[in-house]
Amino acid sequence: MLEIKNLHAEVADRKILQGLDLKVKAGEVHAIMGPNGSGKSTLSYVLAGKDGYTVTEGSVQYQGEDLLALQPEERAAKGVFLAFQYPIEIPGVTTMTFLRTAVNSVRKQRGEAELSTPDFLRFVREKAKDLNIDQEMLKRAVNVGFSGGEKKRNEILQMALLEPKLCVLDETDSGLDIDALKVVADGVNALRSPQRSMIVITHYQRLLDYIVPDVVHIMAKGRIVRTGGPDLAKELEERGYAGIETEIA
Amino acid sequence: MNEVQPIRTDAENAIISRFPDFAKKQSHWGGAEIARERTAAFEILKSKGLPSRRVEEWKYTDLRAMLRDMPSPAEAPSREAVEVAAREKSAIDLSDAFKFLFVNGKNFAMVKAEGFEIYSLANGDKLPKAVSDTLARERKHALNAAVALNTAFMTDATIIHVPAGKRLARPIHLAFRHEGKIAQSSFPRVLIVVEQGASVTIVETQDGPAGVAYFDNALVEIDAGDQAEVNHVRHNNAGGASITLSTLAVRTGHGTKFSSFAMATGGAISRHQMFFDLAGKNAELSVQGATLLRGKQHADNTMIADHMAGGCVGRQLFKTVLDDNSRGVFQGLIIVRPHSQKTDGKMMSSALLLGDDAEMDNKPELEIFADDVQCGHGATVGALDENLLFYLRARGIPRREAEILLIESFVGDAIQHIENERVREALMSCASAWLAERS
Repeated sequence: MLEIKNLHAEVADRKILQGLDLKVKAGEVHAIMGPNGSGKSTLSYVLAGKDGYTVTEGSVQYQGEDLLALQPEERAAKGVFLAFQYPIEIPGVTTMTFLRTAVNSVRKQRGEAELSTPDFLRFVREKAKDLNIDQEMLKRAVNVGFSGGEKKRNEILQMALLEPKLCVLDETDSGLDIDALKVVADGVNALRSPQRSMIVITHYQRLLDYIVPDVVHIMAKGRIVRTGGPDLAKELEERGYAGIETEIA
Repeated sequence: MNEVQPIRTDAENAIISRFPDFAKKQSHWGGAEIARERTAAFEILKSKGLPSRRVEEWKYTDLRAMLRDMPSPAEAPSREAVEVAAREKSAIDLSDAFKFLFVNGKNFAMVKAEGFEIYSLANGDKLPKAVSDTLARERKHALNAAVALNTAFMTDATIIHVPAGKRLARPIHLAFRHEGKIAQSSFPRVLIVVEQGASVTIVETQDGPAGVAYFDNALVEIDAGDQAEVNHVRHNNAGGASITLSTLAVRTGHGTKFSSFAMATGGAISRHQMFFDLAGKNAELSVQGATLLRGKQHADNTMIADHMAGGCVGRQLFKTVLDDNSRGVFQGLIIVRPHSQKTDGKMMSSALLLGDDAEMDNKPELEIFADDVQCGHGATVGALDENLLFYLRARGIPRREAEILLIESFVGDAIQHIENERVREALMSCASAWLAERS
């Protein structure tokens, strides 16, 4: 599904990623943990194709294709989905309009027929219900005045609607209380499938109690420094990043 | 000592040389009073000339430099031209409206008035008292160059009178249309008197041929009585080579609710002036604008809200989208007179620059002479937010469509204030059409 080799990336002339390697197979859920400033969010933006994130070395192969050569919208159409740590507010655009435009843009690029309004409404209502999102929220401007939990649920709703193959969840647990976290985790778990891979980026082990990963990576200074099973997250929780970093050094 | 003779521009010379003959031709109507008004307006223009950038209110729209020549005042259009004009549709064209068709400034009313009355000053119609009282009132804006030019060259004034308590369910549509391939000038003039407790929706549209350098200078005056409710919307879709000036002069009474929306997409150079005299207490004034420009278009929205009485609420929101080398101007002035306590005024102008060479000039001003008021203004100019664009693109929406979505929402923020749903949708489609044409 995804193979990252020796990835180096800069933001505003600051070297953030410094030789990152990562291989994710179809159906796997990988967790990436690491302290602040280790480059976790940079990795997610590089994968999604944000301007200003310059790759200076290395490669990213996604389903046998050079991901870095694609525009952000092409990546989305081909199944890459980034759930934002801080979902953006778009005043004046209703959530419903946004969702319909996104779904139909992706369908068009995938060579599928656009959904008619009634079909789309049915599709959204069904997915929204699963995520405890009420209809009122869909009529409001995208993320404007949404609570932290609503914003994250809206991200997962988009993920469910766009039916991606590779989901990158950037600190989806940040700003969530335990109830909201469970709703979001249930939404994510419902999307787990043998054809769909996930990269769950998180600072805390807490989220991984609900979204249990197949592989856990620890990131520091722009690289993956340790890889292990779910137990690695627990070890990290006990010893802290400082302990792990000392060990590597 | 010799007096200094100013150098006159071709347009100023045209105004001065054409006026005597023109005034003579029009002398069959209006009597001594109109003749006096006409001459007084002409004398202002003759002595001051057209306003240049040295005149503060015209700083960003240098009429003296921009109006190279003033084409000859339009002759009465042919029957064919009127028939052609009658068949054409404007962006806002409501099937149930009372439609007044103005061809080259002259009114060819096609309406049968129901619930209101129509008069013509040129026909010497006997006017109801409410109308003659309004006409007798001193015009504060008579000295404004655009208003004076309209007064000097007016060929009629169409008067619409909505009697007290009448609530018109159907909108009134003033369709200003320029016909013909010859560049001419037109000076349409309309006075609408809405008496106490009456309500009406007024739609103004302005259309004309592309490639003809015509000049339009319209004056629409609205006197809205106590507790009257008036919703006014205009769309400038003038021909691409035209120069248009338009003035909306409004006086509100006690507790009047007045809204005005100005959309501009057309014309090479346009300036829309809005003068609001809030003469009665506790009126509500809501004014919005959406201007979409490209190429070398220049559009100016100049607004003065004069809180002459206390307790009035004023809200102004102007949105300007500028592509290529276009230039937008917003001048907004809120005046609060010494006794106008409890005034609540907020004014905002935001511009979106799409072209690297586009320019926006914002000049918001407050002149407050009362102490117990709440007034504020703001102005922003910026490009499309890359973070918003990225979010949309990360959801599979191609850049161009993402831009369209964001620009639509930017102007939609102003357009959504229009109460009439069909008008609102017509203007939203108009914005979408403009965006679809964007290269």
